[in-house]
Amino acid sequence: MDLKLLTYIVVGLSFALYIGVAIWARAASTGEFYVAGGGVHPVVNGMATAADWMSAASFISMAGLIAFLGYGGSVYLMGWTGGYVLLAVLLAPYLRKFGKFTVPEFIGDRYYSRTARIVAVICLIFISFTYVAGQMRGVGIVFSRFLEVDIVTGLMVGMGLVFFYAVLGGMKGITYTQVAQYVVLIFAYTIPAAFIALQITGNPIPQLGLGGTVASGEPFLQKLDAVVQDLGFAAYTSSSMSTINIFAITFALMAGTAGLPHVIVRFFTVPKVKDARSSAGWALVFIAILYTTAPAVGAMARYNVHATVNSAVTASGGDLFATDSALLYEARPDWMRRWEQTGLLKFQDKNGDGRIQYYNDKNTSADFTARAEAAGWKGNELTVDNDIMVLANPEVAGLPNWVIALVAAGGIAAALSTAAGLLLVISAAISHDLLKGVFMPRISEKSELLAGRLAAAVAVMIAGYLGYNPPGFVAQVVAFAFGLACASLFPTILLGIFSKTMNKEGAISGMLVGLGFTFGYILYFKGIFITPMAENIPANWLFGISPEGIGMVGAILNVVVALVVSKLTAPCPDHIQHMVEDIRTPRGSGLAHSH
Amino acid sequence: MTLTARHRAYWRRNLALTLGLLALWFLVSFLPGYYATELNNIVFLGFPLGFYVFAQGTPLIHLLIIGIYVLIMNRLDKRFGVDEHGR
Repeated sequence: MDLKLLTYIVVGLSFALYIGVAIWARAASTGEFYVAGGGVHPVVNGMATAADWMSAASFISMAGLIAFLGYGGSVYLMGWTGGYVLLAVLLAPYLRKFGKFTVPEFIGDRYYSRTARIVAVICLIFISFTYVAGQMRGVGIVFSRFLEVDIVTGLMVGMGLVFFYAVLGGMKGITYTQVAQYVVLIFAYTIPAAFIALQITGNPIPQLGLGGTVASGEPFLQKLDAVVQDLGFAAYTSSSMSTINIFAITFALMAGTAGLPHVIVRFFTVPKVKDARSSAGWALVFIAILYTTAPAVGAMARYNVHATVNSAVTASGGDLFATDSALLYEARPDWMRRWEQTGLLKFQDKNGDGRIQYYNDKNTSADFTARAEAAGWKGNELTVDNDIMVLANPEVAGLPNWVIALVAAGGIAAALSTAAGLLLVISAAISHDLLKGVFMPRISEKSELLAGRLAAAVAVMIAGYLGYNPPGFVAQVVAFAFGLACASLFPTILLGIFSKTMNKEGAISGMLVGLGFTFGYILYFKGIFITPMAENIPANWLFGISPEGIGMVGAILNVVVALVVSKLTAPCPDHIQHMVEDIRTPRGSGLAHSH
Repeated sequence: MTLTARHRAYWRRNLALTLGLLALWFLVSFLPGYYATELNNIVFLGFPLGFYVFAQGTPLIHLLIIGIYVLIMNRLDKRFGVDEHGR
């Protein structure tokens, strides 16, 4: 069957599954709309959290980042799994004990202040919209490549689907569709990986195959290191991780993960405090299945790309620099032709020999440049975008068409599940925190539910617009959401649980300083909607920290400002201090409820 | 809720455990980066060790940390009588 038709069928079936689940699990009350009725089993919640969490960036971009940055890309692996440790031991159980519907609601009650609640809503909206723009972009890319429709049509279909189940089903619908999406995306990720690991190393388990040997008996990683180094790149397993900047980025990713509202609210849906703890563990189990596969996918995809364009990679005793080793452009495989159309893969015949020379022409070592010159190479001729590593992987390895179709469905599942989770926290912040909490406290449950649905509908449309006019690239945009969460919500929630005396003045000023500083720093160098005010180079950075890692400084500022201001202003009232004592013990937790 | 000596003891234990696990978290997340080159000279399961720690080791230890937390906290809840009774 032809690939395009097959892809339509597989993606169509996955959509039918989500719609079926959404109809089965529609929400009837605000409790169901905001926290799925509070009765979600911890393992089910773990799986839904994994899908909620693993976005288009995890599915599409991460393996590619690792493939080209090698070791340096693993900062994402560590940062993102480490964030679950913070979530499990510092936030999830206590927030579950508190037992309300939203993150701003916790902040508003804990800091006995509507202003604090509104500031928290502002932080949440900044974080969630930044993040959702990246997801919609991911949906657009997958649609345009695999279904060969333009990005606008792709976005419309994606928006329509999310609209359907997020608006109809609320948190309940989202929870169970996320479970279905997790299943789709994890198969889509691991099946091609298993095939490729088997092809290259003879071991179908990618995590073990990565440490295995290639057909010639040479260890795979050693072979890959040798190939990439011979071609002038840095060794795949080498490290450059020692700077303050890497430290800051890792920290921002971790604390940002723990402070993402759409992840935190997932822990409001389990029945007990004890379930919130174990659920974080389950989430990490399901996430780790994909995350530990990613370095293998990255390594093997990179090996396959080199093997495709240079026959000496797999030939025993082959010479990478021999003229015949480089692939003739006319003889390139179909997948290269297909990806060239998307512009994510580019060939430019610099030395006019009709062959593809793929190497690192930025390498200035005398030995390497001499060899490249002797071979008649006049510069690297192939540009491969990071983002196609996972998507093109099965085609590169020559896997059957149904595997390629499955990868398309998986990429869409990853983007949709995260987008839905984000849209729900945005709509809950508007209908529950702003409308019911601040402006119309007497609103009936029915009207609040309607308002929630309307807010979700509007949020979907804004997300679609941002996906079409994205402020940056997928992974980049998402990285900033972490910085903002790390600097604003995470420290404020943490202080709310672990400090009995933190008062509203401290919390509000801390949040505003953290968010303002981080957002300002990013705008200053990246100028998302405006022209950057300074060149984004290490010499200009504060303490040598890049905009991706500045959330760490923002978080420190948040805490320092909060502590200082709280010492200078009226102390936290007694009943709030008792409330904090109460959330520190599990006994007496009830279902999540509104006031 | 009035705070009893028991509650205070429970919270102290909880803090000690949390801080201990966070120290371990810090160690495995941030330290290997600084010694990666040295670690890479050791081979583990066919991997250079430094690379293995990042690719699979750290995520697995993160998982282990949560596992330990869940087990010990559930036991502490019972011992100090602050667990949730079956609802």
